[in-house]
Amino acid sequence: MNKKELLKVTGLCKNFGGVKAVDNVSFTLYEGESIGVIGPNGSGKSTLINLITGFLKPDSGTVLYKGKNITGIAPYKAVNIGIARSFQMVRPFYNMEAYKNLIVPLYSPRVKKQLKGGSYGDRDEVAIQLLEDVGFERESQIPYKMTGSLPHGYLKRLELARVLSLEPDLVVLDELFSGMSMSEVASTVPILERILKEGRNMIMIEHRIRELFRIVNKIICLNFGKKIAEGTPVEVMQMKEVKEAYLGSEADSIA
Amino acid sequence: MKAGHRKERIDRGIKVRADEIFAISSYREILYLMGPRLLAIMGLLLFPLFRDVTGAYWQTVGFIACIIALLALSWNFLFSVGLVSLGQAFFFGVGAYFTGYFNHFLGLGPLFSIPLATVCGAVLCTIVIFPVLRLRGIYFALITFALPLFLMRIIEATGYLGGTEGISGLQRLPGLTFSVYVSVVVVLAVTFIYLRFFDTDYGLVLRAIHDNDMSVLAGGLSVQWYKAQAVFIAALPATFAGALMTHHYRIVGMPAFAMEYSILPLTAAVVGGTGTFAGGVLGAFILVPFSEMLRAFGTLRIVMYSALLLLFVVGLPEGIYRFAQRKYFQFERIVPLEEEKQ
Repeated sequence: MNKKELLKVTGLCKNFGGVKAVDNVSFTLYEGESIGVIGPNGSGKSTLINLITGFLKPDSGTVLYKGKNITGIAPYKAVNIGIARSFQMVRPFYNMEAYKNLIVPLYSPRVKKQLKGGSYGDRDEVAIQLLEDVGFERESQIPYKMTGSLPHGYLKRLELARVLSLEPDLVVLDELFSGMSMSEVASTVPILERILKEGRNMIMIEHRIRELFRIVNKIICLNFGKKIAEGTPVEVMQMKEVKEAYLGSEADSIA
Repeated sequence: MKAGHRKERIDRGIKVRADEIFAISSYREILYLMGPRLLAIMGLLLFPLFRDVTGAYWQTVGFIACIIALLALSWNFLFSVGLVSLGQAFFFGVGAYFTGYFNHFLGLGPLFSIPLATVCGAVLCTIVIFPVLRLRGIYFALITFALPLFLMRIIEATGYLGGTEGISGLQRLPGLTFSVYVSVVVVLAVTFIYLRFFDTDYGLVLRAIHDNDMSVLAGGLSVQWYKAQAVFIAALPATFAGALMTHHYRIVGMPAFAMEYSILPLTAAVVGGTGTFAGGVLGAFILVPFSEMLRAFGTLRIVMYSALLLLFVVGLPEGIYRFAQRKYFQFERIVPLEEEKQ
């Protein structure tokens, strides 16, 4: 198999004071693949994503994207070469109408030129369309409401819409499902599957294992910043290290 | 308020749809909507014509109010982009010294020296502030606070640009009425342009930086670069104010970096309502004449001035403009709580 490497991470390290948040993590994402990152709280999942997307600078290690070294790249530059991320804690612009939130990413150099009618394209229309794609009811008032008055599930989907508006090659989602209701999760999974079908790649941090396994075809498990397992979802869940990380090692000694 | 009751606020019929969309169906409603704006605009435009009534003293006060209003507009613009400035005197002084330099050393008339100083000053300010744009909140504010003091001492120590004596004998402007008129027109123009500007997509991006700069980064835009552009746009009216005032008084000196040009616009913006352009102008036109009226009280002036500020910060943190806007566009009535239980 000669699959093309999209993202290659080698020996990534990041220390916060004495804490090794990410410790020598390496993995490769091939084109057409999607990776799920799991691990207990504080295992360095979000830090790993921050390192890849440029929000943090790694102490050592390299990140190659499409063969180019992008280690420690400025976050906005990472976006413009096709890596778009969502935040775990939603970060919308609370003082604007919901659809106006998307004007900002639609203004980025990456999307600006692609818009219909050049840089004079009607961004409002595109924004409404994108919101409809992630499940904002088009005919309702919701896209026009102030962002501050929207419920959390909508804010999460707004994050997703912001990522999608950037036309990314690599979608990086940081706990998209956290704080969503069961029905919201159920309606969001098909959207993610569609993103993958469009030929985009995905890295996804998630605690909702069942939905994650439906979407991704490879899992990485982190614990205390170290990569302790990698493989297909089924393989990973049967590994002893993963069980220990999630359930604690005493489970074994008792048994 | 009576126990078991609450205050209910209802938008007037004219303003039912959204914050910026009005449903107008008669001339009376158009007048209701335009009235306050027209009153303010016409008042400002007619003010310089009534020199015989007000006297030259109050005309000058009006002129200084316009200068402070321009600085307040600039402050509000920076605030809307998430930059809190404590050093409007920096922009003011740079504009003032540029025009002094152009007029005295290069012999350019006010017609050229003022616009040139406005643009060059804004460029210089942007270049100086650019490296510290990464800083946020209080750290950025402290840097801007230090900048005018820094430049002031450099000019004092090196003796460059006239040193402690300043540059005097600059070319005069046609007269007081002319100066007042120019400043009034520019205040109105800047207010209008800034308001329109923030409704464009570009203005939206700048406002987004105030809301959440991390999200702007994640949206693929360089926050620092956009902040730099914002500083340039915000610096323009402030450097213009400095240039105009310099030519009006025909002298530029170290007082151009005085603290009062930092503090007065800030208080005007706070009293008027932070983040509202019209509010800043309103604040300037209340505070400057007020502080002049207090001159009769001698040293007690500062006490009364500070007391007023305290009153506003504690009692009306939203500012006069937002308060007035709310009262104008909403009914208020007291309703019993039981009504809701039905």
